[in-house]
Amino acid sequence: MIKIENLVKAFGAKRAVDGISFNVERGEVVGFLGPNGSGKSTTMRMITGYYAPDGGKVSVGGHDVTESPLEAKRLIGYLPENAAAYTDMTVRGFLEFAAELRGLSGNAKRKAVARAVELCFLASVLHQSIDTLSKGFKHRTCLAQALIHDPEVLILDEPTDGLDPNQKHEVRNLIKELGRTKAVVFSTHILEEVDAACTRAIIIDRGRIVAQGTPDELGRPLDEVFRRLTLPDTVTRDTVKT
Amino acid sequence: MRNTFVIAKRELGSYFGSPVAYVFLVVFLLLTGFFTFTAGQFFERGEASLGAFFGWHPWLYLVLVPAAGMRLWAEERRGGTLELLMTMPITPWQAILGKFLASWIFIAIALGLTFPVVVTANVLGNPDNGMIFAGYLGSLLLAGAYLAVTCLTSAMTRNQVVAFILSVVACLFLILAGFSPVTDLLVRWASPAFIDTVAAFSVVTHFDGFQKGVIDSRDLAYFLSLIGFSLFATGMALRNR
Repeated sequence: MIKIENLVKAFGAKRAVDGISFNVERGEVVGFLGPNGSGKSTTMRMITGYYAPDGGKVSVGGHDVTESPLEAKRLIGYLPENAAAYTDMTVRGFLEFAAELRGLSGNAKRKAVARAVELCFLASVLHQSIDTLSKGFKHRTCLAQALIHDPEVLILDEPTDGLDPNQKHEVRNLIKELGRTKAVVFSTHILEEVDAACTRAIIIDRGRIVAQGTPDELGRPLDEVFRRLTLPDTVTRDTVKT
Repeated sequence: MRNTFVIAKRELGSYFGSPVAYVFLVVFLLLTGFFTFTAGQFFERGEASLGAFFGWHPWLYLVLVPAAGMRLWAEERRGGTLELLMTMPITPWQAILGKFLASWIFIAIALGLTFPVVVTANVLGNPDNGMIFAGYLGSLLLAGAYLAVTCLTSAMTRNQVVAFILSVVACLFLILAGFSPVTDLLVRWASPAFIDTVAAFSVVTHFDGFQKGVIDSRDLAYFLSLIGFSLFATGMALRNR
């Protein structure tokens, strides 16, 4: 479903993403691991068409994201990093807006909103304005927006960030469940999530893939593997090199 | 078209869902009232026309229209919702047009609420209502032009204050280029042809005709192309993410 070839994105002199390639098929849940600033979000923003790549190609469901963005974007549900939402809207208003932009109307829209509300446990705050919600609810509202059109591809940037342990558990199970029929990529820096939800993990550091495979293939314990592969302080290493 | 409508509906809802709309409407109506009746000497003029009303609009809009439009894109940037919007299956132009239309409709509502001025003129005398209609049309186009400029400045920054100041300065230039105290100064050293060229860029020059009741296709073309150009530039500014 998702094909990424040699993707590059530079901000000034810094190459945030430096030649990343991987594929994700339907039925896979890929965990995207890496330290802060390793290029996870940048890669996801290129998959969803928010950033234009400086090099390489992304295609989703056979549609090149740069050349036919609308076709590709229709297949994607996206949860951005900070779970942005229009804070002046109610949860219901926001989800209806998302559904309408996805081309749903009338009965289909009502059904889609009801389904997303049920999946993300939002029934109790449906008529509340988003800026009055706790972080967990706000996060799930944005997640519901990503699921509203039952997309074939899900790109979730830190879907469990800011949730309490129970909510984390729920969201992980949801991701696992959705992953049976969809292609899912989610980023995290919580290693236990990889075991809990992923069929495959990709570890990236400073814009490059340093390891990938099933959690078992990567080796145990995972946090030791992670520490060995990535560098604790990229700044120090850069200074040493120059 | 449908997407443009969906965006416009949300944007208009967010105007009226916050105090912005009501503060704006009250201030706009108070100020138009003050300028028309007190500063513009509506009654003392002894003529049944809305000259005292429309004459102030380029100056009144100078502050109020950027205030109404500054949040359009700056807030999307600051709140991170720009990312959400730009990853939806819509083209940037649909979003730009939808947001612009929503804020334009909002200004049109404010302008529509000045109807008591028209009623007053009609009760007290026999004004030329065709002229008044042309004045309203010109005023709406003027507001649209300022608004499009504000869209552009708003798209360039995540800071609403910066967007506000930049658009006030840009709109001020659009006034001053054709404002007679300024053009009179220029006469001393520039050729009349040069002054006419500069003045042709001014909203005042093109708004004048509407106030006199003349709907000239050149004035229409000026305002519509100013709006078109600014919205196009907004699209360019939004590419910077």
